[in-house]
Amino acid sequence: MEVIQRKLTVLLAVFALGTALAPSYAEAPSNVAATAAVAAPAATNVAAPAAPAVAKPVEGMGQPVAGAYGIQPQVTDNGHFAEQMHNWLLMPLITAISVFVLGLLLWVMARYRRSANPVPSKNAHNTLIEVIWTGLPVLILAAVFIPSFQLLRAQYAKVGANALTVKVTGNQWYWTYKYPDNGDFEVVSNMLSDEQAKAAGEPRLLGVDNRLVVPVGTPIKIITTSADVIHSFVVPAFWTKMDAVPGRLNETSFKANQVGVYYGQCSALCGARHAYMPIVVDVVPQAVFNQWVLAHGGKLKGAAVTAAATIAKN
Amino acid sequence: MTDAAISVDAFQAHGAEEHHHDADHKPAFFARWFMSTNHKDIGTLYLIFAIIAGIIGGAISGLMRAELADPGIQYLPYWANALSHFVGQGDVNANGASHMWNVLITAHGLIMVFFMVMPAMIGGFGNWFVPIMIGAPDMAFPRMNNISFWLLIPSFVLLLGSGFVSGGSGLGAGNGWVLYAPLSTYGSPGPAVDMAILSLHLAGASSILGAINFITTIFNMRAPGMTLHKMPLFVWSVLVTAFLLLLALPVLAAAITMLLTDRHFGTTFYDPAGGGDPILYQHLFWFFGHPEVYIMILPGFGMISQIVSTFSRKPVFGYLGMAYAMVAIGVVGFIVWAHHMFTSGLNENVKIYFTAATMVIAVPTGIKIFSWIATMWGGSLSFEVPMVWALGFIFMFTVGGVTGVVLANGGIDQYTHDTYYVVAHFHYVLSLGAVFSLFAGFYYWFPKMSGRMLNAPLGYLHFWVFFVGVNILFLPMHFLGLQAMPRRVPDYTDAYTYWNHIESVYGYTIMAFGMVFFFVNVAYSLIAGPKAPANPWGEGATTLEWTLPSPPPYHQFETLPKID
Repeated sequence: MEVIQRKLTVLLAVFALGTALAPSYAEAPSNVAATAAVAAPAATNVAAPAAPAVAKPVEGMGQPVAGAYGIQPQVTDNGHFAEQMHNWLLMPLITAISVFVLGLLLWVMARYRRSANPVPSKNAHNTLIEVIWTGLPVLILAAVFIPSFQLLRAQYAKVGANALTVKVTGNQWYWTYKYPDNGDFEVVSNMLSDEQAKAAGEPRLLGVDNRLVVPVGTPIKIITTSADVIHSFVVPAFWTKMDAVPGRLNETSFKANQVGVYYGQCSALCGARHAYMPIVVDVVPQAVFNQWVLAHGGKLKGAAVTAAATIAKN
Repeated sequence: MTDAAISVDAFQAHGAEEHHHDADHKPAFFARWFMSTNHKDIGTLYLIFAIIAGIIGGAISGLMRAELADPGIQYLPYWANALSHFVGQGDVNANGASHMWNVLITAHGLIMVFFMVMPAMIGGFGNWFVPIMIGAPDMAFPRMNNISFWLLIPSFVLLLGSGFVSGGSGLGAGNGWVLYAPLSTYGSPGPAVDMAILSLHLAGASSILGAINFITTIFNMRAPGMTLHKMPLFVWSVLVTAFLLLLALPVLAAAITMLLTDRHFGTTFYDPAGGGDPILYQHLFWFFGHPEVYIMILPGFGMISQIVSTFSRKPVFGYLGMAYAMVAIGVVGFIVWAHHMFTSGLNENVKIYFTAATMVIAVPTGIKIFSWIATMWGGSLSFEVPMVWALGFIFMFTVGGVTGVVLANGGIDQYTHDTYYVVAHFHYVLSLGAVFSLFAGFYYWFPKMSGRMLNAPLGYLHFWVFFVGVNILFLPMHFLGLQAMPRRVPDYTDAYTYWNHIESVYGYTIMAFGMVFFFVNVAYSLIAGPKAPANPWGEGATTLEWTLPSPPPYHQFETLPKID
């Protein structure tokens, strides 16, 4: 990741773009960790597996912000990389091109208006300039393709053996989440009604009754499929989007670096209630995850069992 | 029948005093407009059709913006109930109301693509000016030209009619304009989707016939001396477009025929339960769908080239580069389709290839933008109404184009795919690109087609109000997309309210208000506009249509012009 970011910075220098913009993108919410600590339940009651307390969403994190106009804050490495590529490379580049074209247009309009230039030139060829405006875009695009290529490679990187697999199934119109590594128990996730969402302190149309819960800092392998028509599993804060296609198993992965509650929405038109099948991912510390698994009648896998045993002993 | 009548008259006129005026002899009303074989009359029919379809499609987007003006469901249940009562059924449930939304977005997309932009550009301006610009008396197959137009009528009726029959959870086809399987197969029982599919079959057949006609006309009917490399760029653009139509539409026809057989005859092309695959449909659809977006913009490129050259009083800069840039866009446009499917589960190498190939399209597009500016460079510019629209086109198309470069990156698209960022992108290239070029062409050629000048102040007002409106309407969609608002939703979480409200209340209203000036202008000018001279635009207008009177005689070029 470090290497990629360094290369990206070099590219930026090549373009001499966006450096002034850098500080404005550097802000990140600082209160998330603290909130998560509060949300983590006391470990004493694990012996009788009760569900951990439901974490509260944090304003401006994992969900859209009123009137905002940028990318949602990212909490995965790939998300950070992609966000930087967009904010520091693509955004300045397309802004510069648009401003350049607008400037040229305005200048030509002023300089060659009829009153200023009554006799038009008849020059309709200039091989050199044509070679330049063909060649230069090729070079620029080639330069953009380098980080683009790296991003794609990173997004397809194999997850390690410690990854947790979650099978996500799209249904008209709700999601089901299965945990094959933890005894294959299933969670059915339905949208909360407006009243329920208000009562639960969840954003309208985004809150669900049962969330997809995953441990922080662990690679999560997501396998998507569908029981009926095509849906799309989306978590903007993870830069994750994968269609859920009937008859197919699509794979993607993410590793969330921050505990918190992250919202997304189905993004493939799936019929009448397409707008009403949100996705909520609750990223929690491993211990809380273990507790949550046990509360759902699941089993802890491999190393996690030891951790749970430690908790249970306390 | 019309032909026979005309040729009898022509023969009878032999040796008579009005021998050379027979070119303007027109058949009676019914024969002229319903059995037409005249490229100009058919072009006019296409333009009238496109304007009517545009009003319907634009009104539907007004309904959509009204619903999206505030969070929550505002009007959909009322509209859905009204429709349901109209066909003699009871009140709809919540799903029926949401289904109404999907019907609106589907209808808006299909109408604007197949019944507004394509008929206006290719059928309308293409029919009117391709034969004239190459010095031909008419299209190669005049009767086929007529059936091309008249196929559109039942096609449009089928699409509109699909709104009154069941499409699954409510009345009408609610699958989005892409008709993705399996939502459009087992996901939507009822005849509405069948009607939409048949509508596309007819529209496709119409376009294929039109494409054959244009290719034949351009290859075989050019006046002596009009070599391919002397053809006006608008003709080049229609030629490339016709090849795209010819190669892309049969694939669409195949894809949607398989939808039909999956729906009714027990095949499982797209159904995994029988060994099929929904992704196959996406590949076939976008093999058509991506060239389709160039079909919608290439004739616009051609028109902009003519207009910029005319009002700069200069020949187009880098003519050959411009012509072959369009050919390049057409060729590369066929091998980038899967960038519409970046989140469907493509493997890594496929995504890397389609990312790279898609970026390549920016190169010929850049050549076109820079060549237009270079055409103006050193020119003697006057800012008549068509030129103002053309300048607006160049800048707005650039903005829409550069967001395309962002979306081309498969890794970035994983975030922006199916969000409002995509909606913003394609409305900048179509609503502010294709539509601006249509208005530019309309203001440019209206005097030639009607014989009347349009009112310039009303034209400027139309431009500025429309320009401000569409930018307020579509620019904030980028922000909503970056905030990850999904497309195709009738309701949104409260955080998205701010920009949506601005788009609806200010953007759409201002845009619609701008259109009032257009319609007033057209109505006023047709009745009371000053008579147009043969060439109202001066020495810069060098193509053949400006050598004819306005409007041109019913049959032009009975003696072929010679081009040096």
